[in-house]
This record gives sequence, C-alpha cells and structure tokens, in this order.
Amino acid sequence: MTVKLGKYSLTYKKFGPNGILIEWPKRIEEAILYEILAFQEIITSEYGDRVMANHAYQSILVGFPTSDFNFEKEVTILKQGYENLQKPSDKPYTIWKVPVCYEATFGWDLEALSQQKKCSEADIVQLHTQTIYTVYFIGFLPGFLYLGGLAPELFTPRRASPRLKIPAGSVAIGGEQTGIYPSESPGGWNLIGNTPIVLFDPMKEHPCFAKPGDKIQFYSIDKSQYEEMKQTNWIPESEVWHG
Amino acid sequence: MVEVLSAGLFTTIQDLGRYKGLAWGVPLSGAMDQTSAGLANALLNNRKACAVLEMTLVGPKLRFHCDTEICLTGAALQGKINETKAVLLNQPTMVQSGDVLSFGKSLWGTRAYLAVKGGFQTEQVMQSYSMYAGITSEGNIEKGMLLPIQAFSEKNPPKKNSLKLNKAHFENSVLNVFPGPEFEYLSEGQKEKLLGRRFTISKNNNRMAYTLEELLENELTPIITSLVQPGTVQLTPAGNIIVLMRDAQTTGGYPRILQLSEQAMNQLSQKRTKDWVGFDMVDY
Repeated sequence: MTVKLGKYSLTYKKFGPNGILIEWPKRIEEAILYEILAFQEIITSEYGDRVMANHAYQSILVGFPTSDFNFEKEVTILKQGYENLQKPSDKPYTIWKVPVCYEATFGWDLEALSQQKKCSEADIVQLHTQTIYTVYFIGFLPGFLYLGGLAPELFTPRRASPRLKIPAGSVAIGGEQTGIYPSESPGGWNLIGNTPIVLFDPMKEHPCFAKPGDKIQFYSIDKSQYEEMKQTNWIPESEVWHG
Repeated sequence: MVEVLSAGLFTTIQDLGRYKGLAWGVPLSGAMDQTSAGLANALLNNRKACAVLEMTLVGPKLRFHCDTEICLTGAALQGKINETKAVLLNQPTMVQSGDVLSFGKSLWGTRAYLAVKGGFQTEQVMQSYSMYAGITSEGNIEKGMLLPIQAFSEKNPPKKNSLKLNKAHFENSVLNVFPGPEFEYLSEGQKEKLLGRRFTISKNNNRMAYTLEELLENELTPIITSLVQPGTVQLTPAGNIIVLMRDAQTTGGYPRILQLSEQAMNQLSQKRTKDWVGFDMVDY
C-alpha cells in the first residue's frame, strides 16, 4: 500500500548559477519532511550522481555540475517527479535511544532553567526525555541534528551572549529547538546535559548514527554510567517501528 | 616529501572540495580561488582534482626532500628558492631535493597557490584532501609537518607551459551577483543601496565568510533554517552583510539576498581587510 504525496504548492527558483531551490510552504512539519525525503529519492533515481541534492526543513537544493543546464527543462522533470510522489503506507522508521547525563557537571543551565520555569530540574529532565524527537536534517556543524518536537513548556530563548566554548556532546535547548553539539564549538543554546556517544565520525561510511526521518529519544543516565559508556564507545540502541 | 619549516599565516591543503559530506553538514571547502588553484594544476599537466597548497598573505617556508616540478599562482608572494632564485608566477619550475622555498611580502592578492607535480598526497577524507578542522586530522599546516609528494625528475624537458598574468582577476572589485532566494523581499531602497554603493571588507574575513563593514538596514523576518552555499550573501537582523565562502556551514537562518558568481567568489578571495567591493547584478 502506498500513500499519495505531492499535495503542496511548491516553488522552483534558480539559486546560484548551478542550483535549483525547491521550496515548500514556510512551515516546520513532519508531512513536509516525508515529502522531502521521498522527493530526494526520486531525484536520486532520476539523476543519480549527476546532481547533488541536499535538504533542510522545507527546501531541497539541487546542484548541477555546471551552470549550462536548462532550467525550464529540469523544472519540468522535477515537477513530474513531484506529481508522482508517494510513500509506502507503513514505511518503517528507526528510534534511537540516546543516553544523556543531566547532572550539573554538564547541565550548566539546568538550574537557571528550573528557576525560570518554576519547576524542578527533575521535571525538566522528565519533559525532555518523554518526547520522541524527529530528525529533520543535518546542518550547522558536521553531525548537528535538527530535531523537531520539543515540548512547548521547554521553549527557552537563546542566551543573550553566546559561550565561546561548548563541550562536544552537550545537549541543549535554543528557542523552540533541542539539539546536541557534535563537536566543541561556540554557541548560544542553554545546556541541560551531555551524551557520551560519538555524534560524528568522518572516517565511517555513515558518519552520523541517525539520518533524516529517524526518531530520537533521550534517557537519563548518571555520571558513572556516562564515564563507562564514554570509555566503551557506546553506540546508541535502536528499535525499528512500522507505521 | 615536503617538510614545513615554518607555517606562514594560514596555510592549508585544498582541492575541488568535499562534495560527499553535504548531507551530514560537512562544509564543501576547496581552494578559495579555484581559478588560480586550477591554473597551477593545469600548468603542470596535473589532474584538476590534485591537491594544492593554499597560502594566505604570509607564505610558509618549505624544504623539498625529493626532486619535483612546482608552479606558483594567485597572490604574488615573491617565492624564492634558497633565498636567491625568484620563482616566477604561472611558470612551472624544477626544484631539487634539499631546496628551500620561502616567500616575501604580498605584492598583490591575498591567496597564493603552490602545486607540485602529481599533487600533494596528504590524508584524504570523504574523497577530498581539503583540510577542515574536525574532518581531516589537521585543520591547517603547522611547522614540522611532512607533506607527502611523488618524486619527479625531468629527463627530456618538454616545451614549458606558462601563462601571462591576468591582473584584472586581482584588481576587479565589482563582483557579479545573482539574486538570492530572499532578494525579492528587499525594499526598492534596500536594493538600490545594496547594488549602488561600495562596501568595505571588515577584519572578519576568512575561509568561512567575509563580513562587510557597512550595514544595510534590515526589516526582513528571519527564514526557517534553510540551505546556503559558498557565495551566498546573508543579511543579519542587525544589518550585517555576510558573504559565505568555501568553508561555510551548509545551512543558515538569515535571509539570502544575493549569490556570487563562481568568478566573483574567486576574485573576492583575493581581497583583504579594508579593500572595497561592489555588487553588479547579472542575469541568470
């Protein structure tokens, strides 16, 4: 059984001499993500390695090797692809279980957050771990997963002045999003914990454990479990769901 | 082998870029001035994808541990062999094992390229030699490094390729641009300012981005995080104009007002702090 997709009104724009930018309505929603993932597959089967296609929340950028491609012709091909877009009705998806130590050593802003939200730190951890988040795409830094689904109670503005150094593995909240810093970097999000897992390894064929369309659920671990997982290069466990 | 005796200001190995990592958020990277880097390879009859050394304003000091043929292109950093013999730009030159290549002040341009016969054979990650911290084990060249190259000795000297310098490549300050995805949302007044005036390059200029000094008042709402490319011109809420370069991140949330042509990106990467640039809109 398949589900017919292709229900949005898309725009096709030239973006740079080599690119076509395909845009969905300016919203963040899973229905758009599933269309994008299905459309990426169509593009790959249509063009193979001849184009590079990358996507974000509501756009795909198709990059041609040179600037002498025929825009109108390619848009016609892409539009046909979109009209035939479909996905299997029970496409399986993977849920990754990601361990996080929410202790004060790592969750630098947890106390401030609990005061701001007038709830206990345990309540914040509870809220953060009960949600199943969706991976929309990877960007910003190598291996940085853009996750959707943060509980509105946890929405927190970015810090007024960003920190110069945020440790790799930091789990943080910025605005309406939550995420994990894959490598040490500057950043303005509020830190609530840290995961011992490796988020990005350029030497692997799949440098990130998760991919767009996968789901992520965090679970709380203590400092000693954290240290042990760190030493043993813990790989997150996963379950495959149909639905 | 090439031994790094001193590193210079900011020296990296670069090639055409890392096209395989975009989906994982890995920047494209690659030589900032692809025209000059490509010329260095072409003059040595190297493949286009051969890795070259990119040098910024102050060159390194290098000792060759084998014979090879080299070619310098891009910025005029006054390369010399053994402190005496000047290495001409855009002209293949034989070097011998033990020779030391050093550089002086830049006469023009910001980024110079050194190609060696067969290319630098440093670590390749995700099908690219381009150095980028966190992807390759080193983010840039440092003193004491040994850069693997193949030995090459000329037996029957063929007719030398060389190419006249194209000074316009370094002197042109008017950059050809295309409209970016959010250009149409700018007011007529903003468009006029953007395309009608000169902008000064701020001290925040590097392989990731060039930020311009003059502000452009901005009333655009931020966009939902979307895709950017090298050459994308972003407008921040504070009105800063940021031109993304080869090491730019793959996604961003600021409106994308312009997109530089490939040639404009190459030309901009030969500019430095306090130089001025203007934007000239061309048709797709």
